[in-house]
Amino acid sequence: MWQENEGNEAPPRPPKWLKIKWILIVLIVGLFLFDTIYQVSPEEVGVILRFGRFNRTAEPGLHMKLPFLFETLQKVPVQRQLKMEFGYRSAKDEVPTRYLVSPDASKEAVMLTGDLNVVVVEWIVQYKISDVYKYLFKMRDVNQTFRYMNEAVVRKIVGDNSVDEVLTTGRARIAAEAKKELQDLCALYEIGIDVNQLILQDVNPPDPVKPSFNEVNEALQEKERKINEAWSDYNQTVPKARGEAEQTIREAEGYALERVNRAQGDIELFNAIHTEYARAPLVTRKRLYLETLSEVFSKSPRKVIVDEKLKAPLPFLNLKEEDKP
Amino acid sequence: MNPKTRIIFLISLTIIVLFVLGDTFFIVSEMNQVIITQFGEPVSGTISKPGIHTKLPFVQDVHSFEKRWLEWEGDSNQIPTKDKKYIWVETYARWRIHDPLVFFQRVRDERGGQSRLDDIIDGETRNAIANFDLIEIVRSSNRKFEASAEVGALGPDVNQAVSNISTGRVKIAALILKQASKITPEFGVELKDVRIRRVNYVDEVQQKVFERMIAERKRIAAQYRSEGDGQSAEIRGQKERELKKIQSEAYKKAQELRGKADGEASRIYAAAYGKDPEFYQFMKTMETYRKTFDDKTWFIFSTEGEFLRYLKSTEKR
Repeated sequence: MWQENEGNEAPPRPPKWLKIKWILIVLIVGLFLFDTIYQVSPEEVGVILRFGRFNRTAEPGLHMKLPFLFETLQKVPVQRQLKMEFGYRSAKDEVPTRYLVSPDASKEAVMLTGDLNVVVVEWIVQYKISDVYKYLFKMRDVNQTFRYMNEAVVRKIVGDNSVDEVLTTGRARIAAEAKKELQDLCALYEIGIDVNQLILQDVNPPDPVKPSFNEVNEALQEKERKINEAWSDYNQTVPKARGEAEQTIREAEGYALERVNRAQGDIELFNAIHTEYARAPLVTRKRLYLETLSEVFSKSPRKVIVDEKLKAPLPFLNLKEEDKP
Repeated sequence: MNPKTRIIFLISLTIIVLFVLGDTFFIVSEMNQVIITQFGEPVSGTISKPGIHTKLPFVQDVHSFEKRWLEWEGDSNQIPTKDKKYIWVETYARWRIHDPLVFFQRVRDERGGQSRLDDIIDGETRNAIANFDLIEIVRSSNRKFEASAEVGALGPDVNQAVSNISTGRVKIAALILKQASKITPEFGVELKDVRIRRVNYVDEVQQKVFERMIAERKRIAAQYRSEGDGQSAEIRGQKERELKKIQSEAYKKAQELRGKADGEASRIYAAAYGKDPEFYQFMKTMETYRKTFDDKTWFIFSTEGEFLRYLKSTEKR
């Protein structure tokens, strides 16, 4: 439309397309600058390729490069500790205790042990990109390959351990061995990854088998309980018996002392009396006899005196009836 | 030429020049390698040096290939082992296009390459797995398991059965790699590191294995229970023994003490009473009278006795 008007109108106003030209120029310059100035975040490093060829790396900060085709930029988070999960996935942006277990993820965790049993091992690996050049240019899909490496290494090591080692005693050792082997594999593959930690998370027997594993634990508890009970019974009874034994012995000692002392006492008495007796045997003897009898006879009211010469009729006495109170 | 046609001419020329230049220069990136063909006929070797390169425009074509190592992931294969156990095996491998020209001629592109690798590695995996027992595929060394209480409970057979590995997982994987990498150069591929990623029982076998595991655990549990019973019985027995020992020793000691004391006493008595046995007998008799008679006692006296001699007469007898 404006082209038709161009010839007729005088004086020509600054044509509309001139304005558009300026806008275009500003746009192009803006685009140019936009692709020239770039920022590298603190946890990243920038990699500059010039005509596709590795040229330099850029530390965090504001930098410039040639625009467009001449130089391209790739940012790699070298400072960030990266994490990969196996057997489960932490739900993104949520509390980390909530996990999503997809069928795919749960398959990662099922593996065979060296005694041909099945365990479910979940683990995480923490790593950093240590060599940007290798990370970018030695292998195409580093993350996927790293995943495979993890699975292969952990399975290999679990495959050389018994189910009991995997579940209990061997956990730390298995994690350490896996970390080392994984690190060696990273070096071999030249993928520029540094493994910081490999941590076994939940290690469980498969679900159908779990109850019987629990049963073993219960049986173990039961065993320990029984043994403890037996020992506590032992500990209650034996010291008591020791005390009682001590008592028996002390009593016997008491008895012994008493017996000897009494004997000695008796002897003292006897000797004393005997000394007197020796001076006047006949009188003393009579006296002792009569004293005794008088004492004895006075105890009971039941006395019967029988004259020897009274032979008949025979005296009869119902002792039984008299005995009743 | 009026200015309008001149502008159009200039613009067209620029476009043409740009077009020609664009088809002359090409960039080989750090990650790529290329070959150049002229009317389909390869005219260059492999260009793998990153940077800017030239070619004849229009008549020559650039074919770009990955230079980096590539991943290969095997499908899950159900394979019977030598001992007839059906398992799923998954492998992975690292490979790269070693000779782009041959690769281009034989398989054309990566997809073709991947599918050839599928055929070869899966095939070799089948061959290898079928030649070994399951235990060889699972284990990689003859490492002895730590003898835990559980394993001990299962008896020695468990450990022995699994510790006779002649090849092992790592070597089997190496074998697959060796066989497969004999073939891959035929289509310009270098293969490295075939590794066994997953080995799992097929479902039916897995059920059986679970049943076996449950049975094993039940055995262990039973073992623990009887161990508990046994050990507690042992402790109780020990307790009984200890009790008997303590009690009998105490009895022995007490009896000894008593015996000694009794002996001592009778020695003392004998020594004293021996001086006048008759008088002792008399004294003891008197004492016995005192002790044995009480208020229930019937006394039946005879007038002939010593005590009543004066009842009938005061005369001396």
